[in-house]
Amino acid sequence: MTDTALDLPALIDAARTEIAACASLEDLEQIRVRLLGKKGSVTELLKSLGAMDADARRTAGAKINEAKQTLTAGLEERRAALEAAKLAAQLASDAVDVTLPGRGQTIGGLHPVTRVRRRIEQIFRNAGFTIADGPEIEDDWHNFGALNIPENHPARAMHDTFYFPDGRLLRTHTSPVQVRSMETQKPPIRLIAPGRVYRNDSDMTHTPMFHQVEGLVVDEGITFANMKAVLHSFMRELFEKDVKMRLRPSYFPFTEPSAEVDISCVSCGGSGCRVCKQTGWVEVSGCGVVHPNVLKAVNIDPERYTGYAFGMGIDRLTMLRYNVNDIRLYFENDLRFLKQFA
Amino acid sequence: MKISLNWLRDWVDTGTDVPALAHALTMAGLEIEGITKAGPQLPGVVVGEVKSVTKHPDAEKLNVCVVSAGKEEFQIVCGAPNVRAGMKAPLAMIGAKLPNGTEIKRAKLRGVESAGMLCSARELGINEEASGLYDLPAQLPAGQDLVTALGLDDTIFEVNLTPNRGDAMSVQGIAREAAAARGKPLHAPVIEPVAATITETFPVRIDTGATAQAPVGCYKFVSRVVRGIRANTASPFWMQERLRRAGLRPISAVVDITNYVMLELGAPMHAYDLGKLSGGIVVRFATAKETLKLLDGREIALTPDVLVIADDRSILGLAGVMGGEDSGIADGTVDVLFECAFFDPNDIAGRGRRYGLITDASQRFERGVDPELQERAVERATQLLLEAAGGKAGPLVVTRAQRNYPAPSPIRLRHARVEHVLGARIDASIVKSLLERLGMIVSGSGAEWQVTPPTWRFDVRIEEDLIEEVARLHGFENIPEAAEIGTHTPAPWTEAHVRNERASDLLVDRGYQEAINYAFTDQAYQASLCPEPAVALSNAISAELAVMRVSLWPGLLQAVGSNQRRQQPRVRLFEVGRRYAPDGETEVIAGVATGSVLPEQWDAEARKVDFFDVKADVEALIALTGAAEEFRFKAEVHPALHPGQSARIYRGDRAVGWLGGVHPEHLRRLDLTYPVFVFELETAAGLAAVIPEFEEISRYPAIRRDIASIVDEGLPVEAVRAVVQASAGSLLKRLTVLSVYQGQQLQKGKKSIALGLQLQDTSRTLTDNEADALVAQVVEQLGRQLNATLRDQ
Repeated sequence: MTDTALDLPALIDAARTEIAACASLEDLEQIRVRLLGKKGSVTELLKSLGAMDADARRTAGAKINEAKQTLTAGLEERRAALEAAKLAAQLASDAVDVTLPGRGQTIGGLHPVTRVRRRIEQIFRNAGFTIADGPEIEDDWHNFGALNIPENHPARAMHDTFYFPDGRLLRTHTSPVQVRSMETQKPPIRLIAPGRVYRNDSDMTHTPMFHQVEGLVVDEGITFANMKAVLHSFMRELFEKDVKMRLRPSYFPFTEPSAEVDISCVSCGGSGCRVCKQTGWVEVSGCGVVHPNVLKAVNIDPERYTGYAFGMGIDRLTMLRYNVNDIRLYFENDLRFLKQFA
Repeated sequence: MKISLNWLRDWVDTGTDVPALAHALTMAGLEIEGITKAGPQLPGVVVGEVKSVTKHPDAEKLNVCVVSAGKEEFQIVCGAPNVRAGMKAPLAMIGAKLPNGTEIKRAKLRGVESAGMLCSARELGINEEASGLYDLPAQLPAGQDLVTALGLDDTIFEVNLTPNRGDAMSVQGIAREAAAARGKPLHAPVIEPVAATITETFPVRIDTGATAQAPVGCYKFVSRVVRGIRANTASPFWMQERLRRAGLRPISAVVDITNYVMLELGAPMHAYDLGKLSGGIVVRFATAKETLKLLDGREIALTPDVLVIADDRSILGLAGVMGGEDSGIADGTVDVLFECAFFDPNDIAGRGRRYGLITDASQRFERGVDPELQERAVERATQLLLEAAGGKAGPLVVTRAQRNYPAPSPIRLRHARVEHVLGARIDASIVKSLLERLGMIVSGSGAEWQVTPPTWRFDVRIEEDLIEEVARLHGFENIPEAAEIGTHTPAPWTEAHVRNERASDLLVDRGYQEAINYAFTDQAYQASLCPEPAVALSNAISAELAVMRVSLWPGLLQAVGSNQRRQQPRVRLFEVGRRYAPDGETEVIAGVATGSVLPEQWDAEARKVDFFDVKADVEALIALTGAAEEFRFKAEVHPALHPGQSARIYRGDRAVGWLGGVHPEHLRRLDLTYPVFVFELETAAGLAAVIPEFEEISRYPAIRRDIASIVDEGLPVEAVRAVVQASAGSLLKRLTVLSVYQGQQLQKGKKSIALGLQLQDTSRTLTDNEADALVAQVVEQLGRQLNATLRDQ
């Protein structure tokens, strides 16, 4: 069978040409079947070896196997190339415009007052305060009487209270939560009470509802100096600035000594601007040592325990934090305003 | 309260650094809210003396005047109607610049030269009076610089006094504080008693305190008759200026003097026209049926806790609040009775406010006026009146009540307590001297003192009051900041409740913006949506804010409306807040959604939000509790909601909220774009959470079976789910509603519900046969209980 041996190079050449020209994996597979499949031309040649004598079989067999390896390698190379090309085409067709916006729901946002309220709560929680709460519709005792503001007290005139026909009222400050907490809890007490409060007042700079946060600490050995430290550290954390703080003597019936808390203007740093009315200071809180009468009203011994309390307007702190210039915007719920605080 | 710095300087050395003085007062507790100049700078304006006035030859309304500026005389053309020879008026000379920007130049008016201008008070920016030339007091020297002549080079402090400091509502009071704050002496002006030149007195009786328990109200009533003053006399110019700078309008010598003494010493006074008084004066409490006609014409009903001043004929005024017109000083008054009384603050406090009367007198009396001050005040007023308007004074008469007002008692002050409260050590000698600066009498050792406050300090009663005084004079800035020493008990941090923060964040992440609405709303508007009883305010700010909200929906829907009117068609808002019922307040989380389901975007279905979009948001909230299976949505009717799209949310048997589409009729009425969906969920009951408990994860494969059953169209899916769950038992791990179909392929009145059942055992592999048997059991129960048939059969 010298014919066979003579035919092999031609067969290999022809097959190589065909493989090289093949453009798809499917066509390549057909070529493989035609050459190396069960009835493929190379397979048939191998089958024909059985009819040869031993010497011829050895020689022809080696040549045919060599040819088979050559063709297998050629097919494999081509397959890899075609697969790479196919993947490349796939990737090319999958390409997207990455600058198109994402689809689906977008997020909303928290109210700016809530954002600041959460900061306040977190800062005080870290300092070991609990968060307390109380009713907004209050009785006279908790809003005034227990806080050393008897009937006819001139301080009542400053509160512009909303009343109900049964004598109850809308709390004018968060201080009643102090009283309620001390009624049910014995010292040590460390709490803050954020919430809505109400005053019958509505103009450019006042809304009839606003937010306050009350703070109360009662324990043995609590001093005015402790209050200064806690408030100053709070102001620095809230504004993330090394703000200066000063206390100005003031008057609240339920604390003594009482003080207004000023901080160096967070807008101009103290050099004077619109926000601080050129004074370099902004008033942010009222505070003081708890008045002995308040402790007595809830059966806490003022000789043994002392404490301090403070109250701040959250809306005001929010204005300072985010540079909001009109308090009335808080309650208009205009999406163009709210969406600025997402 | 406004106060002239020049006036203050009569009493105390204030120094020349005005801002430093203001700062010292502020840091001592008398906040200086404003510092303003008393008058404008007026270079080139002097006191002019009009020597002669002749008619302008060519102008009807103009006069040609010769005006002396002391050394020189000028020809001035003037159009003011009140110009007259001999008067003194401000003369703006050539080159002067007026506050309104006018620069005075040489001019010719209708051919006559004018070398300056005679001015009105308004042209000089002194006050608003514009009725002709500013008629200056005759004694001012011609040619003197006007600012100097009028003492306009003065500063006015606006003091914001706290309500405990009635003692500081006067020049004297502020001077005392300034002196104490700066460690300077106080120079009180000498007030010499005025010797009586007539003997006449007027009967006064204090008819209170009959029993030991009865309130006295008025402890002392100092009076004095002054007869024969010059009628219609104005007060001296300097006094008028001081009153103006304090914000009071000059009226007449007598009235101005009582105001002046009140401002100077802090004791409110009253002056009666003696001729209008009948019989005698009696101070007493009103009786229940008495009424009083006020100056503004209102008639008020008095009560027995209101102190009045009456004569034999009628009530003259509310003691400590205001006098009546009938007995007051009028044009032509020549005989005067001065009154300066001491009223117990407790018997004045709140009385004026009750009738809407907050007066200079009531503000002082209810805070407390020094009970030792009245004699001095009347002496001062008498002296000033005799100087200004002549007359003859009777003797000073002091009428006292049956009991004396208690003198201040000594208060124990422990040095250790000062440090205990303040957290700062202040030397005993400093504590003592600070208190003494305030007029306190301090006795005792360095460890413990007895401190007697002065009679004017009504706010100093207990040890802490003294500590406050020490602290403020020592300076709050001199108290150090000190960290607390003590044990901090950690705050409770429960997992058994979904925190409001988490619930809010969830809604934010689902596209909702947080809103905050007022807690009060319009009664009729709210009732139309939510007719349950609302608590009404007694003194609402307006009808729109008159009742407490019973739901957060009225506020949220108003917010939707205002946003839609501002070209924001897609609105998703939520709020966490309380609703108020007559029996209590309940915190809820509520939301509203309208407009497209997604924000406008490319390649997404532009579909309006529907019931199930919002239900998914509510279900997400519910899922936070870890106990979603405890919740049920039941079709129930709510007046605000579309009757076919309204669900009440139950947790177990307890109703905890609502979800639904707003009734189209309400949307039409409120001019809102259809559809709008709302929800409301109680936070306490609705967001109580279950603490997760681990369950074994099955290691065996699950089998999925889907069934489609045909039921009556009115049957809620919930009913089908319930039957499936009950009959499938514990092997049913998940039940999913795959589709709900109604249409031509089904009999009318029927719907098909396709359900996906995931079945799994935790201890072994479930076989197909077991799954089939279970499904057969489910199908049988659906047929038996709900008359359901399988769709594929």
